Amino acid sequence: MSSLRFVAVSWLLQFKMIMRSPFDGFGNVIYPLFFATVAFFVFQAGSSPRTLVYASLGAAVMGMWSSVSTSAGSAMQRERWWGTLELLVAAPRHFALVLLPATLGLATVGIYNLVATLLWGRLLFGIDLKIEHPLLFALSIVGTVLSFGGLGFLFAVSFVRFRAAWVLGNFFEYPVWLICGFLVPLALLPGWVHPIAWVLAPTWGMNAIRESALGGTPLPDLLLCLGLGAAYVAFGVLVTDRVLRAARERGSLSLT
Amino acid sequence: MRLVSAAVAAIEAEGLRRTYKTATRVIRRKSLEIEAVRGIDFQVLEGELFGLLGPNGAGKTTTIKMLITLLIPTAGSARVLGLDVVEQAHEVRKRIGYVFGGERGVYERLSGYDNLRYFAELYGVPAHEQRRRIEELLEVVGLKGREHERAEGYSRGMKQRLHVARGLLHDPEVIFLDEPTIGLDPVGARDVRATIASLTEAGKTVLLTTHYMFEADALCDRIAVISQGRIVAEGTPTELKRGVAEGTVVEVEVFGGAHGALERIRVLGGVSSVAIEEREQAQVLVVQTAPGLELTQAILGCLDGSDVGRISQREPTLEDAYVALVTE
Repeated sequence: MSSLRFVAVSWLLQFKMIMRSPFDGFGNVIYPLFFATVAFFVFQAGSSPRTLVYASLGAAVMGMWSSVSTSAGSAMQRERWWGTLELLVAAPRHFALVLLPATLGLATVGIYNLVATLLWGRLLFGIDLKIEHPLLFALSIVGTVLSFGGLGFLFAVSFVRFRAAWVLGNFFEYPVWLICGFLVPLALLPGWVHPIAWVLAPTWGMNAIRESALGGTPLPDLLLCLGLGAAYVAFGVLVTDRVLRAARERGSLSLT
Repeated sequence: MRLVSAAVAAIEAEGLRRTYKTATRVIRRKSLEIEAVRGIDFQVLEGELFGLLGPNGAGKTTTIKMLITLLIPTAGSARVLGLDVVEQAHEVRKRIGYVFGGERGVYERLSGYDNLRYFAELYGVPAHEQRRRIEELLEVVGLKGREHERAEGYSRGMKQRLHVARGLLHDPEVIFLDEPTIGLDPVGARDVRATIASLTEAGKTVLLTTHYMFEADALCDRIAVISQGRIVAEGTPTELKRGVAEGTVVEVEVFGGAHGALERIRVLGGVSSVAIEEREQAQVLVVQTAPGLELTQAILGCLDGSDVGRISQREPTLEDAYVALVTE
């Protein structure tokens, strides 16, 4: 109970901190506009309303992923710069429990990015989004947010050990857009990419969101997405103690 | 005078060592090992206020970080309340508080209250006690009325007081304070020292690191002087002062050439230690001499060619004892 309460309170406070940053706020208004514009121009030739909806949803999830991938690593760097990382490690809570709310907070901002991208698409390009299964659509978004949080958590754990590893968050941003089918269907990519895509939760989250919007069967995709997200968290928890011990041996917790 | 519990060690360090690995150059990198702590032993009794005194780079922060489980010792062992700091780190963390000086260590985008709320959750303060505890600590550290402002607007002194409140949220038995008054103005520093003094009145064990001699003298029951990773002296402030009670201190104001004369003065017979203080336009040579000797002329002889200002003699102080110990 106390752990659940801790996750809830720190999720709320992390979200508060993210929303108070003027640059993050500015970015959160502008980036969805970029993503919506990209989707519109790339898929304009298709002319089918279904293609545009497909692209609009992909652009929206692109924004959600970018919010998590680039920020998860820099979140650990920020804790270092603020001098708070050592305080978090020196606390009696398991460190995994401390990290998870931070990445969930970032993924929650991603929901805003998703909604903003869809709204920009509607306002600027007339992309009319009709949701076939609204409840499953909402659940798919929540499930994708949670799995993004889980993947961000895995990134953040490794960034505790390697203080320069935060750049990997930027490195993973674009490949995931392509490999997970945000921009183009997975079927159009080479066969060797498919197994990589299958083990990435964003692939299944994207499928679930599209299936629920366009009238398919999103449930299997949603369950796979959540299952993979849980696996990331479980793996992250298992390696957290080892990662922390390595950081304590090297003395890298206080280094920026 | 405070009474401390007899013979129960709250903190024990045995042969504690810590080495860092680093590298020089970009091409043809060469790895280096830096020994920050070179085998230290000390005990802090329950209810005691123990000072770890030393200059910058002496190994104070490295020592404290090993005790609070943030660093794993390269060799040796340490226990806090009987718990090993490496193998029982989780149990140690439940029972200790850690406060460090400076402006870092707070979430500036959150209010002071939210900072404390977060750390109260982090330290497992029961939900029904959190509000009362936070309000109480805000009162103690003098932040009442400012708690809902963002921490980014706090002065350095206010941030330091927020640190102190944070470190006490879970009512720890042992508190580690790493240079808690650094960078504070005299009034702010005095307030923090008063708070520190009250901690042992409440039965806490406190380990304080500082490079301010007067602070250690005023607050601590016992002091260990640490220099270049080793403890060079340990005892009560009175015992340490007794070590330099005899002898004389000669101060010579010099305008240029002080560094060149340092070694010549150090090798003079009867000189215990010599140090240089920078004071605006001049440098002051502070020379400790053995009792019964008059070495002023010999010292001036070593300064041939340099412009000399005021010359004075005085009794040695605890600060002189400290300087002698850390410059040996």
